[in-house]
Amino acid sequence: MFRLWYKEYGYPHPSSPFEVAIPMTLWPLAVYTGLVLIMVGTVIALSHFLGERHTGAARDEPYESGILPTGSARLRVSNKFYLVALLFVLFDLEAVFIFAWAVAVPELGWVGYFGLLFFIGLLVVGLIYEWRQGALDWGRTRRAKERADAARRSSKQ
Amino acid sequence: MTETIRLLLCILIIPNVVLGMAAGLILLERRLLAVWQERLGPNRVGPFGLLQPLADAIKLLTKEDWIPPFADRPVFVIAPAIVMATGILTCAILPIAPGVGIVDDLNIGLLFFLAMSSLGAYSVLLAGWSSNNKYSLIGGLRSAAQMLSYEVFMGLSLMGVVILTGTFSLREIVEAQRDGWFFIPQFLGMVIFMLAGLAETHRMPFDLPEAEAELVAGFHTEYSSMKFGVFFIGEYAGVVVVSALMTTLFFGGWLGPWLPPIVWFMLKTLTFICLFILMRATLPRPRYDQLMALGWKVMLPLSLLNVVVTGAIKLATTGDGG
Repeated sequence: MFRLWYKEYGYPHPSSPFEVAIPMTLWPLAVYTGLVLIMVGTVIALSHFLGERHTGAARDEPYESGILPTGSARLRVSNKFYLVALLFVLFDLEAVFIFAWAVAVPELGWVGYFGLLFFIGLLVVGLIYEWRQGALDWGRTRRAKERADAARRSSKQ
Repeated sequence: MTETIRLLLCILIIPNVVLGMAAGLILLERRLLAVWQERLGPNRVGPFGLLQPLADAIKLLTKEDWIPPFADRPVFVIAPAIVMATGILTCAILPIAPGVGIVDDLNIGLLFFLAMSSLGAYSVLLAGWSSNNKYSLIGGLRSAAQMLSYEVFMGLSLMGVVILTGTFSLREIVEAQRDGWFFIPQFLGMVIFMLAGLAETHRMPFDLPEAEAELVAGFHTEYSSMKFGVFFIGEYAGVVVVSALMTTLFFGGWLGPWLPPIVWFMLKTLTFICLFILMRATLPRPRYDQLMALGWKVMLPLSLLNVVVTGAIKLATTGDGG
């Protein structure tokens, strides 16, 4: 799975596509990660052993401002959040391509630059489309509001 | 051999300094907020209230460590650990001074920071979901949407610096600023990064996931004892990291005349920490739709523009580039 990579011996040729070579120079990061995990674990475990113990009538109820909770907290939520997740995937992928271009700007030259410009242009067109659709607005969109107003007016008559 | 000892010393000292700073920050923030609101703030424990963080820690550790019976137990315990671990782990890539840093010449340093801040989003979302409390759920979802949105252009705002230097390594970025700090050519990038950093650590004025006026305490409503404290350590570690990165990327890191490099780094970082606290003291909290609109409609186009313009200037000044 993993093989350590010592700089002196050159890059090891992987024996299978699933093998990853880890540079030996990263050992401080590994030690640091281990130390941080131990630290966090200790802090959380300490309060478990040092803490007080209480019992009470309402102790095991969820806190909802002192009102008795009704129903489960597994609510149905606005699908707006799903839309944001989709937008995130789209634009974060775009960002990743830009990262790869940004480290090599002089090497890629103007050809690479106009390639990237075209790529960003396509995504900006997408952004404008979503903007016009109201995908970036929270709360009710203008069109939904007009529809709701029209429905209210017709029900009054 | 001396190299190994130097690294081991860094590994042992740096996380403790960050934890100390996170604890000290809680006191500093309370004192500074008090100054700006014409109050005294905590000044009873020890001289000038300096022992207040210690008293807070003892109190948090001896409070009941309650895991709600209706919560999703393993996730509930892991969630606060993630935010603290990622916050401290990011410090591994900070070039504090020449010879002080853990893997500060990591060739993917900036990407490491972005990855860690993305992982931080899990903490809040999982905490909100596993608590099985309505306030927590809403807080968790809000924060997930907020952090995802702001992450996109947090990365993009840093690319201006990467284009100028051609590297993700923070040490090389600092070295490249010997001729001039990057906050002048990358002013737009700096402002965007600062706002995105505020939103990523969900600090005031972008603390909508835990807006106490509407959500009790948001995602950590059901947390008590040190697990509650761990969320705060994570948040303050995040503030320290964002301030340190502002220093490193835009204000020349350890570079500066007369004083030793490490003092310069600390001074600059402390200035940004105080700036973050000042922003908390002065700015009102926006509405959630305003926050999201600011992100997608203003920040994203601006950061794309920054990338495009910086790339053109870099190519124009380095000749035709082949």
